[in-house]
This record gives sequence, C-alpha cells and structure tokens, in this order.
Amino acid sequence: MKIKEIQEEIVDEFSMFDDWMQRYEYMIELGKSLPMIDEEYKTDDNIIKGCQSKVWVHAELDGDKLVFTADSDAIITKGIIAILIRAFSNQKPQDIIDADTDFIDEIGLKEHLSPTRANGLVSMIKQLKLYAIAYQTQLN
Amino acid sequence: MLDIKKIREDFPILSREVNGKPLVYFDNAATSQTPKQVIDAIVDYYENYNANIHRGVHALSQEATDKYEIARQKIQKHFNAKNSYEIIFTSGTTHGINLVASGFTSLLEKGDEIIVSAMEHHSNIVPWQMLCERTGAVLKVIPMNQQGELIMEKFSEILSPKTKLVFCNHVSNALGTINPIEKIIDMAHGVGAAVLIDGAQAAPHIKADVQALDVDFYVVSAHKMCGPTGVGMLYGKEEWLNKLPPYQGGGEMIAEVTFEKTTYAELPHKFEAGTPNICGGIAFGAALDYMNSIGFANIAEYEHELLEYATQELLKIDGLKIYGNAEHKTAVISFNIEGVHPYDIGTILDKLGIAVRTGHHCTQPIMDFYGIPGTVRASFSFYNTKEEIDVLVAGVERAKNMLV
Repeated sequence: MKIKEIQEEIVDEFSMFDDWMQRYEYMIELGKSLPMIDEEYKTDDNIIKGCQSKVWVHAELDGDKLVFTADSDAIITKGIIAILIRAFSNQKPQDIIDADTDFIDEIGLKEHLSPTRANGLVSMIKQLKLYAIAYQTQLN
Repeated sequence: MLDIKKIREDFPILSREVNGKPLVYFDNAATSQTPKQVIDAIVDYYENYNANIHRGVHALSQEATDKYEIARQKIQKHFNAKNSYEIIFTSGTTHGINLVASGFTSLLEKGDEIIVSAMEHHSNIVPWQMLCERTGAVLKVIPMNQQGELIMEKFSEILSPKTKLVFCNHVSNALGTINPIEKIIDMAHGVGAAVLIDGAQAAPHIKADVQALDVDFYVVSAHKMCGPTGVGMLYGKEEWLNKLPPYQGGGEMIAEVTFEKTTYAELPHKFEAGTPNICGGIAFGAALDYMNSIGFANIAEYEHELLEYATQELLKIDGLKIYGNAEHKTAVISFNIEGVHPYDIGTILDKLGIAVRTGHHCTQPIMDFYGIPGTVRASFSFYNTKEEIDVLVAGVERAKNMLV
C-alpha cells in the first residue's frame, strides 16, 4: 500500500471515534500493545531528544524499502509513533521524502505535532525523513 | 479570610475555557496570572505616557521616569532594601544571576570555591559553572535528603575560608521546599563568603526582608508574582554592587564617554545599560501593590490550606507518590503515578482543561537524585480554590485509569 492510502485508512479509522477520549484510549492501546524496537537499538545514539519524553528511532533497508522501528518512554507518544510507523515504514525512501503529515491533523492530533510541544515528535518526523534522504542517496 | 470569589474576578483569564472545560490553572510556579490592576497599568503606560526615560526634557519622558523610579521605590520598600539604588531592574531572575556571576569573574582566583545547593534551577547552576570555567574556581554542592531538604551538616563540612560565594534558592521550584536561608547566610558570612539567594519561587509567597536576612544579593522575577514577563529585580548590597564591574555597556550606564576612557554612572544605572523594560518595571510596581493589598500573611495562610488539602486528597490515589515532603514548603506538589510517564498524565489533564507542568522543571539533578525522568507539578496560588483541587484529583484518577 502506498503511504497516502495508509494515511487515508488511518483517517477512516479515527473518524469512527466521537471524542478525544476514544481517540486517546485507542492511541494508548496502540502504545501498550506494540513492541516496536529491539532493545539493542534503544541506545543513546538513537535517542531523539524531545524535552520530556524520550523517543528512539532505528532505520534499516530491506531491499529497496526502508523499515523503521521506534519507541518512547511515554505511552501517548508511543501511540502516535505507532501511527507514524504504520504510515512511513516499509516504503521506498523517495516516497517517504515526498510524503506529507497532514493526516495527523485530520485525525485530531495536530497539537502533538506543534513544534512547541515538548514530545520529540516533530524531531522524529524530521529524523525519519533524514534517514530516507540518506538511504535514497545510498540507493542512487 | 480572603474573599476568593472576589479575588478571582480580578483575573480575566480565570474565566476562560480550555478544550471546552473551565480552565484550572495550576502552573503558578512557572508563571502567575495577571490581575486587571496590573493590566490596567500596562495599558495606562502605552495610552498615556509612553516615552524613553532619564533623558528627555519633555513632559512624557519626565512622567515615565517618575513612574519608573516610583516603581523602584515600591520594590525597595517591599523587600526592605536600605537604598533604592540597591535595586537593579533586570529582565528576570536569570539575568540577575548572570549579572552577578559575570561580575565575580574579576574577583575570584584559581582554587577559590563556590557552593550551590543540590536543588537549584539550571539557571542557578549553569552561570556558576561558567564562572568556574572562566576563573578556575571549584563548584561544590550542598546535598539533599529524601524529604527534599538540604543536609545542613554537609554544608558546614564543605564550607571553608576558600569559599567565596554561596548560592541557594529560597524556595525550590520543583519541590516547594523552603530552605533555611537565614542559617545559610549566617554560616557563609562566618567564613567571609558572599551569598546570592534566588528568590524567584519565594517572592510570590513570602515577603523577604533583605536587611533582616543580611543577604548580599537577592533576585526575583515579576512574572511569578502577578507582574509581566521580561522584568525582575536584583537586590545587591551597596558595597557589593560597587565592587562589581558593569555587566553590559551601552547608553544610560555611563557618566562620561570619550574614545580614550569611559567613566561609569552611579548605582543603579551602572547596571542598567540601554532602554529598560519601562512599562514592565512600572507594572511590576503595580503587581506589588496588588499583592500587598491582599497581604502576604493572608496569602501564606490560604495557600497552606490549599497545600494541605491537595496533599491529603492526592495521596488517596493508589500508586501516587509525592516528591518533596519537607517540613517547610510552599504550595507546590510534585508527583508521579507508579508506572506512568508524567508527560502522559499532563497530556490527559490538559485535555480536561487543567494546566500543570510536567518534566524535569529545569532541575535535572533533583530528578537524577530520585531516579525519575520528571514529575507532574501542580503549584497553587491564592486565587485557586479547593473545588479546583477536586477537579485535579478527579482528572488524575481519570488519567490513571486510562494509562495504567
């Protein structure tokens, strides 16, 4: 599936929720249930420093696709990471570079992507794109 | 008895909603809200006498200068400084600390010692580390115990004739601990060291008397005590302020300038280069008027009541732990729920219209001491109510049910 299609699917899922409570409960569930990164990759080198919650990201190439794994010590942050990974992982680097993140806005989580929010997510998206650029260069 | 309902009417922001819920503002230790008396002073300045001060011959400039200097006198009176020129307007506590730290560069030698407490804000650690790097002085730390109190016996052990400076906050921003600064000042003076007290967190709750304390430097920010952001004061004893060289060069701080030599202005202007935050200084004065009209004894009594009530109610929540249980503390509660990241709790509380601070509160050494990434901090002011505390407790319960 293409990134855009996955994003539309996520937007569809979230449109079933009536209020913020249900959205957050869903994200918390996502955050709790998903093992997202191998412990060996939870190194200081892989930490994206947000002000408050730690976010780890690891990237590796599988054929011509880039696979991301990530984690956070805060559960809501982890839930949003799960959503981002679902949209961006296992995609071609160029598609990741070209993708936008408007769907986060559409599922009512815009506040988490505000640059002033101290959760490291903005830096995380930037990091995903940087990995994509690096691996795209390698593929070329 | 304070009429809280009436007091709340002075604060327009308290009637707004956040995320569709009535605002419950418990982030007072970060910044306090502004009463309309202070907002009126700001509007009055810009509507009626906005002008640069200390140099104009015209009426507006004279008026602005008078009001600004009256504000300085109000601050002097409030903190009971001996002279109004011992009050230096700053942009806030951090500025005041950096001014003193910079000034001591020429007064310290390699091997001199500086002592800070283990519960300082980063703004009262980093400038001293930088001072140590510049001078070769050594930084020593007064440790704290599990209750969040300074271990005074350790302080006497590290204090020596080598000690030149001692820095401590009056009240800890992360834990609310009221430190025994009288004792610290007394002991430091015993070895001839100068003392700077960071009063940022104390000033909204405790009226400090700098002469009675015999403190050498005392710094505060206006925005924690109902004033605007971007303005604060540094109190320094006259003899110390005369010893320190100017911090920044510019207009206002000079007596005479030629390309060969510049002579500096007298206190306080020596430390007030450039056009200051005139409106901010005047509004700071208005904020002190406002708080004094309510009365610091009344404020302390009522806030203590809020602290006791909130402590008792929060502790009813299973798995909730409070960090900082000093015998003497202001109305600040730092807490965590077992197994939950403070950021997650703060996020849910925000959705419920409750403003708290989460994180390390710029006090990473304290968080490292307790081995935690941060806390949720609820800090109360005299305009808060027990009903709001009930909303907080219900919110924390709800967050816990969602997250655990």
